[in-house]
Amino acid sequence: MSRVEHATRSSRIGVALIGVALIVLALAPFWGDRQMLRLLAEVFTFVALASLWNLLAGYAGLVSVGQQAFVGLGGYLLFALVILAGVHPIVAILIAGPIGALVAVPVAALIFRLRGAYFAIGTWVVAEVFRLLASQISVLGGGSGISLPAAMVVAMAPSRQAREFEIYWLALALTAAVLGTIVALLRSRHGLALTAIRDNELAAQSNGIDVTRIKLIVYVLTGFGTAMIGALIFLMKLRISPDTAFSVNDWTAFVIFITVIGGIGRIEGPIVGTIVFFIMRQTLADLGSLYLLIMGAVAIVVMLWAPKGLWGLIAERFGWQALPLQRRLVLAPKTEEPGERS
Amino acid sequence: MTEWLNVILQGVLIGGLYAMFAAGLSLIFGVMRLVNIAHGDLIVLAAYVALMVTQALGIDPLTSLIFVVPVMAIIGYALQRGLLNYTLGDDLLPPLLVTFGLSIIIQNGLLEWFTADSRKLQAGPIEIQTFQVMHGVWIGLLPLIQFAVAAAVIAGLQMLFYKTALGRAFRATSDDQAVAQLMGLDTRHVFAMAMALSLAVIAVAGVFLAVRTNFDPAIGPARLIFGFEAVIIGGLGNMWGTLVGGIILGVSQAIGAQIDPGWQLLAGHIVFLAILAVRPQGLFPKVWG
Repeated sequence: MSRVEHATRSSRIGVALIGVALIVLALAPFWGDRQMLRLLAEVFTFVALASLWNLLAGYAGLVSVGQQAFVGLGGYLLFALVILAGVHPIVAILIAGPIGALVAVPVAALIFRLRGAYFAIGTWVVAEVFRLLASQISVLGGGSGISLPAAMVVAMAPSRQAREFEIYWLALALTAAVLGTIVALLRSRHGLALTAIRDNELAAQSNGIDVTRIKLIVYVLTGFGTAMIGALIFLMKLRISPDTAFSVNDWTAFVIFITVIGGIGRIEGPIVGTIVFFIMRQTLADLGSLYLLIMGAVAIVVMLWAPKGLWGLIAERFGWQALPLQRRLVLAPKTEEPGERS
Repeated sequence: MTEWLNVILQGVLIGGLYAMFAAGLSLIFGVMRLVNIAHGDLIVLAAYVALMVTQALGIDPLTSLIFVVPVMAIIGYALQRGLLNYTLGDDLLPPLLVTFGLSIIIQNGLLEWFTADSRKLQAGPIEIQTFQVMHGVWIGLLPLIQFAVAAAVIAGLQMLFYKTALGRAFRATSDDQAVAQLMGLDTRHVFAMAMALSLAVIAVAGVFLAVRTNFDPAIGPARLIFGFEAVIIGGLGNMWGTLVGGIILGVSQAIGAQIDPGWQLLAGHIVFLAILAVRPQGLFPKVWG
């Protein structure tokens, strides 16, 4: 019997390494200090945001520059649920996901009417509308924003350390869940369709793939994940305002640069990109706005001369894949059936 | 009653400025299917160029256009020849991401150079001159000039497109790049000329923006969005449509602001989304070609 195999030797090593890394990271509260945990949790949120954007733009061809709409929505949902309804913050984060997906449906109905680059700016308009609406909500601080009441934060866990561990593990678990969902999606039939759309949308359509439906699924799923990560980010920040929640620089520019530098259209890209991004940030942060300028220039250079990003260069040079996503046809060895010779 | 008439009139006149934001965007999309995310930041860059020119030469902002327009056009030509031409192709991603990177570079470059302080160009006495059109209804001279210039710019672009050799080259390249090349057109040059023209329009828009309101390095993206909304409302590829789109956007914002100052921008966006919902092709669609 011939069959389709996902795994290669490099992906088996990759999966083993990722497993080890997950265990090491899960044990971080026992080997890292407070600073380290905060940094790692931030890294996780960017890995998740970039992976979600990569799914959207790299696979489904939906280049959005308005994902800050969902980050901010998630953040505001957290604050609204905690402050106005007294919901536990972690429960609020879990509720933010489905609401994000629910909001994504009518948004998609509107902006899917725009094609290509106009779609991109359309998503930006939606994010602006969300930002302006948020600044009209006076119970959540209006234009100047609001802090999470200390009493509600303290009530999360018995001690400060326990709370920090809780948030760290939550960040790790959510990011792992986002990555796991994306891998599962890409390995499913929808994933095959998505990869086909990534490679050639027209050809995918003429092979019977319902492109619009798949794009809608991806958009709604991304809204779900992005809103949840947004809620998590603002649980870590403890303060929200329309300008920080719906910041195009923080939640879209950085995320796009991370994905492009790491390798767009590959699952490993955002992870590699985030690592590069944080190394650059730690070394260049003193430069202030110059640092953003350098980021922009690096992204342009990568886009023009290495459009598949750093991971793309590595993967093509060595034929590596860190996760078993490829589909290879393995032909069964020809065995002679006893009844054949007669 | 006259209060509302004043509000609507202000909105119409602002619409001229939005139409100028939109015209440059529409032009390059028409010729090379490129959407320039850095469009708004280039408008702000033009405002800063005008600031430097007026300060260095001691001339008024409208006269400074003699310098600002060619400078921006040259920047546009160089930008297209040196960078953006390499991003064009079947793939949508490179031009989008490169212009997005460019937007971040311009914003932070301006921030580094000019700081985040907000600036304004002083146009002198014409800024406050007004005249009465009917009892209780007043028009400012400067907004009127701005609107007239916008209409002239659009009429000029329209004429250039249909009456000149360059316009013919633009239309030919827009129709079929390969055939245009076979006919002896250097499309790299044609694209660069289109970008130069787009940035010349941006220069005019930037100077009027800088005279009308305060500006700082961060206001570019909002101008891109206004221009984009005017293009979509008016209908893709229609130059006069951008003027109508700009006016609709300007009037919506003016009415929104009159109801509640917090609703000014929101009203514009909501009208845009409503038009997108009921008439996604815009009011007067005419894709070039």
